[in-house]
Amino acid sequence: MNRPIFFLFAIRNLRLHWLRSLLAMLGIIIGVVAITSMGILGSSLVLSISEDLTTVGDTIVVVPHSGGSGMGGGPGGAGISSDDTITSRQLERITRASVPHTVIPIYSGGERIRIGAETGFAPIYGMRTADIPLLLEREDGQYLRGSSGAMIGALLAETYSLKVGSRILVGSDEQPVRVTGVLEERGMGFDINTDSAIVVSERWYENRYEPSGYDRVIVKVRDLEEIEAVKSSIETSLNRRETEVDVYDTRAILATILETFGRISTFTIAIGGISLIVAGVSIFNVMMMSVMERYREIGVLRSIGALRREIRRMFFYESLLLGVAGSIIGGILSVAGGYLALLVMLEDTSYLLAPSSLIYIPIGMVFGVGTSILSGLYPAWKASEADPIEALRHE
Amino acid sequence: MTPAIRFLDVSKIYSLRSGDVTALDNVTLSIEEGEFIAVMGPSGSGKSTLLNMMGCLDTPTKGQVFIGERNIGEMTDDELTMLRREHLGFIFQQFNLIPLLSAIENVRLPLILKGGDPGCTDRCMNILAEVGIEVDRLDHTPAELSGGQQQRVAIARALINDPEVLLADEPTGNLDTKTGAQIMDLLVRLQKEEGKTIIMVTHDPTLSEYADRVIRIVDGRIA
Repeated sequence: MNRPIFFLFAIRNLRLHWLRSLLAMLGIIIGVVAITSMGILGSSLVLSISEDLTTVGDTIVVVPHSGGSGMGGGPGGAGISSDDTITSRQLERITRASVPHTVIPIYSGGERIRIGAETGFAPIYGMRTADIPLLLEREDGQYLRGSSGAMIGALLAETYSLKVGSRILVGSDEQPVRVTGVLEERGMGFDINTDSAIVVSERWYENRYEPSGYDRVIVKVRDLEEIEAVKSSIETSLNRRETEVDVYDTRAILATILETFGRISTFTIAIGGISLIVAGVSIFNVMMMSVMERYREIGVLRSIGALRREIRRMFFYESLLLGVAGSIIGGILSVAGGYLALLVMLEDTSYLLAPSSLIYIPIGMVFGVGTSILSGLYPAWKASEADPIEALRHE
Repeated sequence: MTPAIRFLDVSKIYSLRSGDVTALDNVTLSIEEGEFIAVMGPSGSGKSTLLNMMGCLDTPTKGQVFIGERNIGEMTDDELTMLRREHLGFIFQQFNLIPLLSAIENVRLPLILKGGDPGCTDRCMNILAEVGIEVDRLDHTPAELSGGQQQRVAIARALINDPEVLLADEPTGNLDTKTGAQIMDLLVRLQKEEGKTIIMVTHDPTLSEYADRVIRIVDGRIA
């Protein structure tokens, strides 16, 4: 029954010092909006990236152990191919270990190219012609059929204004190769990056570079569930005695990337959290002022029979009210704040209303209320511990 | 019959940085139910300490203080608070109304603390009439009331839980003589008609005439 009276006290006191209350609340609002918008931004970042990358989630990449061209780096820029390669015997074992999934061996290198008067450098991939449609999408022209000819990435085509039928001169000996098709833009891949590369037939590549083996082998797994099984099957087949190859599945790489982004977003949320700490200090300050101003009132209340815990509650309600009101307003404004953050940072607001983004609104609000509770504890305790005689004498 | 208040060899010593200060020195006294006591003495004589102890706001360093049957030295803070809430009424020189509450809310506050009906019952209306507050003033805040009206509200607040003992610390100290006399008449009436025990601290010798008995205190001792 006496709960409402102390609640009433809190509300009236906040209203009496409305400007002060408003400013303290503003701190919480800003803190909640900061945390929430950062959370929404981070979550949208992860969502947008994972959407771009999940298409390659069904791929296993096998590279020679150590010295093999690194993941994601594509064909090494330094030489035609690295010293470590996957031999045809190893390929056979990989193929056997991966049955029934599709195995695509790939040569990779790169060389100077000349198109008309322009010169440049382009990565070169050698693939079995039958494998090309399995891995790459065609935008224009034809897939490779014979050993001659080349397909080129969309970016390369754009850079040098190449079309189907154009001629590229490869290497210092300027071996001509004709463009038979242009590949669709693929974005960054974990297996190969063809956007600014030339894709030639295995035969052509072997004739020109005489490689000792393949640079990487890609296994397309039909069912995502089987990735782990295929991976370990390759590992046991090739790495039993000594480690011959490194096996990556793109899903694990994806997980690493997402984890990194997760950390980044945690970090930005923590920065938002700093503003909440400032808000907490401001509430603490306001509450201490409130306690000191009403010190005599505390004495009066105590003398007419208010218990310590009732005094505590009265002040606690005040900070709680500030926190709850600030958090609710902050929660509502976060939708706008998140929208703004997405617009500025990501230029894409389509993930704003995704559940994993929206979850940051209640999280931010909980932190806002929590902060106000924490900063209200000491002032409320201080008020309840006041000596009534001293408090009554207080001017 | 048990006295309303009993002090047995009560001393109160405050430890200050400049040394110990003896506010009360072996005070023994007894106040019967329904008595009107005036406590007089110069400043710093210990009369406020005496009143605070009767009001369970302070506990003795040595000796025992009984409010009715209960020894306040053995009680917890919560128990002392409940004792104040149920059995004691405070009237202050500064009126000490809660500025956030209206007059009527101030009066009802002890009742609400007790968990009673937050509305104004017949009893509550009777008290308001008894202390002489006009009904149209009830929704005013303390700042909108005159000193005399504030003190009437404060007395009504002290009476609302029907306490046996009223403790008044210079109740007319901030009032003009005429209003002061009205308040004194009110206190006397409460003693005579309702049988309240009243202990009033005052500087003013003329006010002691209202009392049945005067306790003079000098340097912490009863003179």
